[in-house]
Amino acid sequence: MSADDASEQLDRRLIVATQAGLPLVPRPYHALAEQLGVSAGEVMARLNAMLERGTIRRIGAVPNHYAIGYTANGMSVWDVPDERVEELGARIGALDFVTHAYHRPRALPLWPYNLFAMVHGSSREEVLTKVAQIRELLGADCRASDVLFSTQILKKTGLRIAG
Amino acid sequence: MREAAPAIDAVDRRIIDALQGGFPICERPYAAAAEALGIAEDELLARLQSMLERKVLTRFGPMFQIERMGGAFVLAALAVPEADWARVNDAVNALPEVAHNYRRESDLNTPLNMWFVLATETKEGIAAAIDEIEAATGLPVYAFPKLKEFFVEMKLAVRSAA
Repeated sequence: MSADDASEQLDRRLIVATQAGLPLVPRPYHALAEQLGVSAGEVMARLNAMLERGTIRRIGAVPNHYAIGYTANGMSVWDVPDERVEELGARIGALDFVTHAYHRPRALPLWPYNLFAMVHGSSREEVLTKVAQIRELLGADCRASDVLFSTQILKKTGLRIAG
Repeated sequence: MREAAPAIDAVDRRIIDALQGGFPICERPYAAAAEALGIAEDELLARLQSMLERKVLTRFGPMFQIERMGGAFVLAALAVPEADWARVNDAVNALPEVAHNYRRESDLNTPLNMWFVLATETKEGIAAAIDEIEAATGLPVYAFPKLKEFFVEMKLAVRSAA
């Protein structure tokens, strides 16, 4: 097995071992190393490599939005001209109240929207005020829009790959 | 949403604000993070444990971008008739590939009311998961794979009163 294959295998085992969370013990990387039968130095080196490559987006706390005061969560969706979506998406994604922004395909005739921007706030009114700011920014490029508020979390486990 | 918000105090709030990313990779990372927060290592560990138990945090650890490992995340939706809600919800949530699932309602009454994220280890796994959901629910799955991600950063500061 090449060194690259060995690293990839260890990365995969690290994902499986940490996808539910990092051990809450003083030396978590040592605990993982012991569990996986490798050295703590290797665990830390692979985690650093995955962070650099972007396989790990970040390491830290994932708050429950509701618990930290963001009780309203609106998925705003927009129908904008395809040739403008890159520029408009970049401008909307840069707004400080937009946590995610994506260009996605339409599903006509049911779903005419090609730009999605997630907006969080303490109330529906606040989210709608922010959505109005997006509408203003889009101007004449907005041909149709909708806001879908989440009314219930049905599942939130995050990524789960088989061990 | 309908659940009651669990209580958090000023220290919890500082921990959440400070630790949404950048958790160190070193021998005693909790000690290093605790020092920056001006609290003891064991207090940080106990508070993280408690916030996970009370569901203030949904997770603590690395957040993976599976695309970089050959996998895929895809947002998808179903138009679920109200009378069939419980059955469809159980069928969808039973799949391990379903990472998140939200009920959503729009002012314009779009029939797409169940929105979930599929996370699979391979790109091919998405089509298989969609087939499985269609077979289990009898409903067509609308998939909205991202064509472009503009900017994604966790940037929500804690708002609850301390």
